[in-house]
Amino acid sequence: MKRFLSLTLSGALLLGALSGCAKIEDAKDSTEAAGTETAAAAGGKVVVYNWGEYLDPEVIDMFEEETGIKVVYEEFETNEIMYPKVAAGAISYDVVCPSDYMIQKMIENDLLQEINFDNIPNLKNIGEEYLSWSEEFDPGNKYSVPYCWGTVGILYNKAMVEEPVDSWDILWDEKYKDNILMQDSVRDALMVALKKLGYSMNTDSEEEISQATQLLIEQKPLVQAYVIDQVRDKMIGNEAALGVIYSGEAIYTQRENPDLEYVVPKEGSNLWIDSWVIPKNAQNVANAEAFINFLCRPDIALMNFDYITYSTPNKAARELIEDEDIRNSTIAFPTSDMLEGCETYQYLGDETDNIYNTYWNKVKSS
Amino acid sequence: MNKKKNPLLSGPYLVWTAAFIIIPLILIVYYGLTSSEGTFTWANIMEIATPENRKALWLALLLSVISTALCLIMAYPLAMILSNLKFNATGLIVMIFIIPMWMNFLLRTLAWQTLLEKNGIINMVLKFLHLPALNIINTPYAIVLGMVYNFLPFMLLPIYNSLVKMDRNVINAARDLGAGEFQTFTKIILPLSLPGVISGITMVFVPSLTTFVISDLLGGSKILLIGNVIEQKFKQGSNWNVGSGLSLVLMVFILISMAIMQKYDKDGEGAAF
Repeated sequence: MKRFLSLTLSGALLLGALSGCAKIEDAKDSTEAAGTETAAAAGGKVVVYNWGEYLDPEVIDMFEEETGIKVVYEEFETNEIMYPKVAAGAISYDVVCPSDYMIQKMIENDLLQEINFDNIPNLKNIGEEYLSWSEEFDPGNKYSVPYCWGTVGILYNKAMVEEPVDSWDILWDEKYKDNILMQDSVRDALMVALKKLGYSMNTDSEEEISQATQLLIEQKPLVQAYVIDQVRDKMIGNEAALGVIYSGEAIYTQRENPDLEYVVPKEGSNLWIDSWVIPKNAQNVANAEAFINFLCRPDIALMNFDYITYSTPNKAARELIEDEDIRNSTIAFPTSDMLEGCETYQYLGDETDNIYNTYWNKVKSS
Repeated sequence: MNKKKNPLLSGPYLVWTAAFIIIPLILIVYYGLTSSEGTFTWANIMEIATPENRKALWLALLLSVISTALCLIMAYPLAMILSNLKFNATGLIVMIFIIPMWMNFLLRTLAWQTLLEKNGIINMVLKFLHLPALNIINTPYAIVLGMVYNFLPFMLLPIYNSLVKMDRNVINAARDLGAGEFQTFTKIILPLSLPGVISGITMVFVPSLTTFVISDLLGGSKILLIGNVIEQKFKQGSNWNVGSGLSLVLMVFILISMAIMQKYDKDGEGAAF
């Protein structure tokens, strides 16, 4: 009951925060005017395919109002669900927001078109370093515009964990039996074990994957559950002491439960970027570009950051963040030395993907 | 009366069956028997023989047999009590067993998760009463609980129906001819209610065997049933061929249980609704 109350209350708070954002609208800088003009002439619609709860709904209303372009909005749960739908081409999406390795796979399978960056002047707000990270999966930055980024790390409850947490090793500590939440997805789960062993999380060596699998099988009796989105609620509700989680969720959970702390383990972790891309069979390319340009506008990027709390690559938006603690938060914006040893997922080809899936299956059925 | 039935009337149903039952089935058979390159292969079906998948199938069979047995043990006496009530108990059954089913199945299962959690409602009450905590969440016990909870009405209704339809005169005749309480039950009531029992068993066993949601939500994804394996093949591995192949194997078990039902329930007496 208490949790339900706190959820409703936080919902109410969020609404308050959103209405606060409206003020920023007045302070629009001049650059966006150019971007919206081209779009307003176009009219029509734009079909957006995005992660669930990954955009402030008010942003869509504002975009429709300013440009006259109707937004058809659809959501997906994982990259793997998104891919066959885009590849099949039954619905032609205009803008999609996949993660790094999936963008690479889509480029390799010729599903994306090069973006005309002349129509996206707001790209200048995106920090240089994010574009250079993107080169790992999109050489030459031809196909993608970064939208959100972050790390994967350990969220722990200071009231339940005494020692300092700085390594993946703690997830194998018998003391925390039944108090550990792991990610229920192939790459994220194996990443933890591969990094603990000091291997690359993009390895294609079956020997290394097999060792990592062995570790995960040893860990399984200590794990309370393999979950994805539920890590957030379970950690807030003090159901577990340690959980593997995406950095963007960490800020939200800390707002709800101040006992929680997030750390990127010293062995390194996953540094991920979700970026906007335009599929080859897009029907409304001009509108898609207008949409991406709109999202790169600092005030809009800030609205989205406040709503979803995932780190924004938009430098100008970061400067607009009013709360100093969040603007300088090392969870949202880790310094480069904290990211040492972090890697971005790469698409490893169907064959290696199969090896990962087969070994993950062994963990799950053990 | 109306011998010339208008064939057009069955049109919508035929279109529905073709579009949503027959074509999808053909697609599954097609995917199940071809490789990703589109050539014919048995490999997808043989995938069931890997140790992991064999274990998942075995576990799914075990848990669904246990759940079905528990449902039967609970539903039969309850159906007897309800059918012996003086007034018509249908209203009561609807209220107690059908109304909860108006709520989404996923939500009801999620509710169990919240109830059973370590700091969940049940444990809060137990703690308040100074009783030992209940730690069954993320274990096979929680999955069985979820199955029994969700599928109990499917066992109760067919048995109740077959008991209510029973001719009271047969029972009275048995008593007249000297059969005792117990003998009447074993010689008359039980055999006559068998169609309902068989239909109930099928209706609990089949969804329990194929479920992946209950084991995911209440088993913490730590316990892999065959339904979860298939779900993963489709959703995580994007491997529709193996997923379909395993579905075909599962379909064999479903067909067997349906054949058994056909044999015992020729007149459709045990129909639930």
